[in-house]
Amino acid sequence: MPQLPALETGVPLRRHSVQLRINGQPHEIEVESWTTLLDLLRDRLDLTGTKKGCDHGQCGACTVLVDGERVLSCLTLAIMRDGADITTVEGLARGDELHPLQRAFLQHDALQCGYCTPGQLCSAVGLINEGDARTEDEVRELMSGNVCRCGAYPQILRAVCEVALARKALERRDEREAA
Amino acid sequence: MNEFDYVRACDPDEALGLAEPAPFGDGADTRFIAGGTNLLDLMKENVLRPHRLVDINGLSPWSGIEPLPGGGLRLGALARNAHTARHPLVRERYPLLAAAILSGASPQVRNMASNGGNLMQRTRCYYFYDSQVPCNKRVPGSGCSAIGQLARQHAILGASEHCIATHPSDMAVALAALEAVVHVRSTHADRAIPLRDFHRLPGDRPQHDTTLDDDELILHIDLPPDGARFAAHSAYLKIRERSSFAFALVSVAAALDLGEGGRIRAARMALGGVAHKPWRRPEVEDLMVGELPARDLFEHVARRLVEGARAQGSGPGDNGFKIPLARRAVVRALESAVRGTSPTVAAEVEDRP
Repeated sequence: MPQLPALETGVPLRRHSVQLRINGQPHEIEVESWTTLLDLLRDRLDLTGTKKGCDHGQCGACTVLVDGERVLSCLTLAIMRDGADITTVEGLARGDELHPLQRAFLQHDALQCGYCTPGQLCSAVGLINEGDARTEDEVRELMSGNVCRCGAYPQILRAVCEVALARKALERRDEREAA
Repeated sequence: MNEFDYVRACDPDEALGLAEPAPFGDGADTRFIAGGTNLLDLMKENVLRPHRLVDINGLSPWSGIEPLPGGGLRLGALARNAHTARHPLVRERYPLLAAAILSGASPQVRNMASNGGNLMQRTRCYYFYDSQVPCNKRVPGSGCSAIGQLARQHAILGASEHCIATHPSDMAVALAALEAVVHVRSTHADRAIPLRDFHRLPGDRPQHDTTLDDDELILHIDLPPDGARFAAHSAYLKIRERSSFAFALVSVAAALDLGEGGRIRAARMALGGVAHKPWRRPEVEDLMVGELPARDLFEHVARRLVEGARAQGSGPGDNGFKIPLARRAVVRALESAVRGTSPTVAAEVEDRP
């Protein structure tokens, strides 16, 4: 986060200019104090992949990556993220090449209605970045912030494990070989 | 959400200046915002309606974790819960704290939530959250809607006729057991508050969760070097309605310092989910000093720790089950501490249907 400017007298306190890098693209947008990052993405930038589920931080459907960390965009004011680098589900694929997690979700049929899927995917990317999950049970625990009301959990778990644990196993092998 | 002003502060004095003239208190005009995970939720629920938010995320000197001379550890108020739990010195010296933090909320929330905000979070009492019903914590003097109603999440210890809410933090329970100290600043002075005295029982002023003054801001939380003596034998046990992402019905932070022959040199216990603050009784902890760990000793300690407990609620909301649950959880947590392991997710696999 950049150095925050001090309050200057006369600066309007309810409308703010916010600079964000979203899926690699720089944006400068005027927002109101109470605009959440979620509403900014969906209503202002038409990035409707990120979903509004409960709007109270309980379902995980609005999960996005801010500077590589998974956060809930419904409980974040857009203005609080001034200067941040944001990745939404729209930014996971490289052109027509799907992210390995997206491929795994397709392969394992890890969705039914699909409403929770963007949040599940961003959350799983965050999980991999954190690097704490080494077993299936740890993946299950560390994906607990994302609810799937269709109950596709077994398939979601398989898809996330396939990508997250395979990477972890490769890392461990590299560490062993380096030692 | 209602409309509000948003300003940013770069240092505590600026933050305190921006929060005047009506910070917190009954005026509730200005609030500091860090992670926002609880505050913004309460604003969406119309429970809080601040006119100004002061963003303190730019207070970078208080966003890190650093060792203190003499062996303690300083947790910045703005350091995130996830970073705190993952910090190598926290894991090495205070694994109880890491276990407690990781048992709370979800990974997304832990990435956002700050350490100071964790202590300042409000109760999740349904009646506090429902702005349509009376609540002494939300509207002082309006009455308590929880008494005699759905009280599974409510207190069994230290409640009053005005409020039976519990404090929801897991982190605070571990910090209480580790005897952490909260360092705060106001416009006129700095002050250190032992965590045990930071949260308060509701009494006839349930609108006040803490002993923090209206014009004070948390800068950091210090873990004393003495807390590290429990690193080898501590456990955080959390009992909840589902195995993840739920508040505690009962939680136990248990920490033992085992000396020669396995005898207990020192013991600390704190309960979560049972009162308006982490529940400790140092005189009960002292009963274990000099003794060998044993089931009957732990059962005696458990009985004493929850002495005076009283059930709340009625019908499906009756929370009387929490009294024996708390006693058994204390015994299990102490036995886990002797073994030197927090009950983990992996251990729960056996119980999974």
